[in-house]
Amino acid sequence: MDGTIYSAWLFTAALGLTLIYGVMKIVNVTHGSFYALGAYAGASLTGAWLAAGYPPMLSYVVLLVAAVLVAIVVAPLIERGILRFMYAKDEVVILLITYALFLILEDVIKLIWGVNPYFIAEPYALLGSFEVGGLAYPTYNLILVLLALVSGVGLMWLLHSTRVGKLLVAVIHDPEVSRAMGINVHRYYLATFTFGSLLAALAGAFTAPTVSVVPGLGVEIIVLSFAVVVIGGLGSLPGAALGAVIVGVVRSVSVHYWPAVELFVIYFVMAMVLAFRPRGLFSLAEPRKI
Amino acid sequence: MVLVALLTGGLFLPQWAMFIVTIAFAKALVALGLMILLRAGLISFGQALYYCLGAYAAGALGRFLGIADIFVQMLAGAAAAGIAAFILGFLLAKYRGIFFGLLSLALSMILYGLLVKNETLGSTDGFNILPSTLFGTRPGPAWVRYAVLASAAVVSLGLALVVHRYLRTPLGRLAPAIKDNEIRVEYMGASARYAVHVIYVVAAVLAGVGGALAATTVGHIDPDMAFWTTSGEFIFITILAGTGSVVAPFAGALIYEIIHTTAYDLSPNTWQLSLGAALLIIIVFLPQGLWSLVSKMSTRYARHP
Repeated sequence: MDGTIYSAWLFTAALGLTLIYGVMKIVNVTHGSFYALGAYAGASLTGAWLAAGYPPMLSYVVLLVAAVLVAIVVAPLIERGILRFMYAKDEVVILLITYALFLILEDVIKLIWGVNPYFIAEPYALLGSFEVGGLAYPTYNLILVLLALVSGVGLMWLLHSTRVGKLLVAVIHDPEVSRAMGINVHRYYLATFTFGSLLAALAGAFTAPTVSVVPGLGVEIIVLSFAVVVIGGLGSLPGAALGAVIVGVVRSVSVHYWPAVELFVIYFVMAMVLAFRPRGLFSLAEPRKI
Repeated sequence: MVLVALLTGGLFLPQWAMFIVTIAFAKALVALGLMILLRAGLISFGQALYYCLGAYAAGALGRFLGIADIFVQMLAGAAAAGIAAFILGFLLAKYRGIFFGLLSLALSMILYGLLVKNETLGSTDGFNILPSTLFGTRPGPAWVRYAVLASAAVVSLGLALVVHRYLRTPLGRLAPAIKDNEIRVEYMGASARYAVHVIYVVAAVLAGVGGALAATTVGHIDPDMAFWTTSGEFIFITILAGTGSVVAPFAGALIYEIIHTTAYDLSPNTWQLSLGAALLIIIVFLPQGLWSLVSKMSTRYARHP
């Protein structure tokens, strides 16, 4: 059960990362910042909402709005302002650029929200709890699972059953030919980056009630999402789901039976997968380019 | 001559500056290793693995055997990192580009995960390191900093010279070729895998020495030395310095430490912001690093003396 909740949370966070890599071939360290931004925005907006005395049941909507706001304001700024000039550079160099942006955003967060922790426990406690096998679980956790399912299934549907999604698949396969066919590739890049960041911000916003929101939130999530995405295969949606499930289950098993190896085991799985299937479990064969 | 200048100059430095310079030496050694990896087009997001390993090897010597000699500690750091890199190198030498970075990241996070949960090695708090001794003598409190600085200078200079030589050997010249076109390197009969393996071990040894040095200088070690942000710091120094010369990482590390200290002093909440902005500016406008300014100036000077 713990495993499911943890997997759901990881999946939401990692989904955007794998989407951005799949479409734009960017290993996006900034993803961690969006997670943290989402958490902070969620915490402060919901805090204000509750303080103003509005119905607490709607605070979930406020969390959603906070995440959307973050993604719509910050993501295009970064993509249009900086990243689009960098697409010609090497994958590893782009990784460094997103790392630089990550450092900058980390401090921007500190400047806006200060270094003190934020707590908003109301939405967490509001729904009560339910029992599984004699153990009580907060019902709020089901929202996390629901969020993961909705974003996963929604993204799959978007990609495979809509016109926009099909065009996006074309862009993934060959940006150059897609451009020749009259697709505005840059617009798709912008949309992808914004949507991927939105997923990170959503994961952050909905995690905010369960933890205390402190600086350094993004630092941890980013390596974990890397582990998830790498295990499943960079740029593969079912891969991210599988990776999240593997990491979630492995972690909760180790927490229950052998807590000393909790952190170790996640990265050990990541290293093992990289060692035997460098492109991840769900990777497709890729032509060698000379 | 450089050494004499460093040693006499060091005598007049205040204690805090000695500390900064010594730490800069330690980080420069790691960056030197990253530089030779970068020449082969490889960026390791896990060099903190060897930095931390070196530090813990040095620390364990003092904690379990009571040995605190600076040179023995650095040797231990080098040995620990070298052996680990030799073994892991068989795996990593196959990887290029993003996968090399991600796998090395995973490996360093494994070490972090192990150390965080290890009670005998102090868990997340780490542990303190005995004050250093030099060839069995214990320098007085006023001299410890200087003794460490002097040994750091001697060792770093020695290693820098070795690396400088190495870059001029056929194996050393292979690295940029691997970056440019690995398949052609193989056609010419050279083994890219072997070359990458050697480079990887050399880089790790340098990082191990750097880690041991940092451990004795700071006097305390903790698992954060293996966290990925530490690796990020080293990459920052390497990119800042560029790959032009073995001197570059040393200059880069010193500049980094100075920026870091002053920025932290002026505004503790925005120093990462300035670092990130500096990194962006360098990647965009000076892709060859700060050293490219120096080499540009020297070619201009050579043309119009």
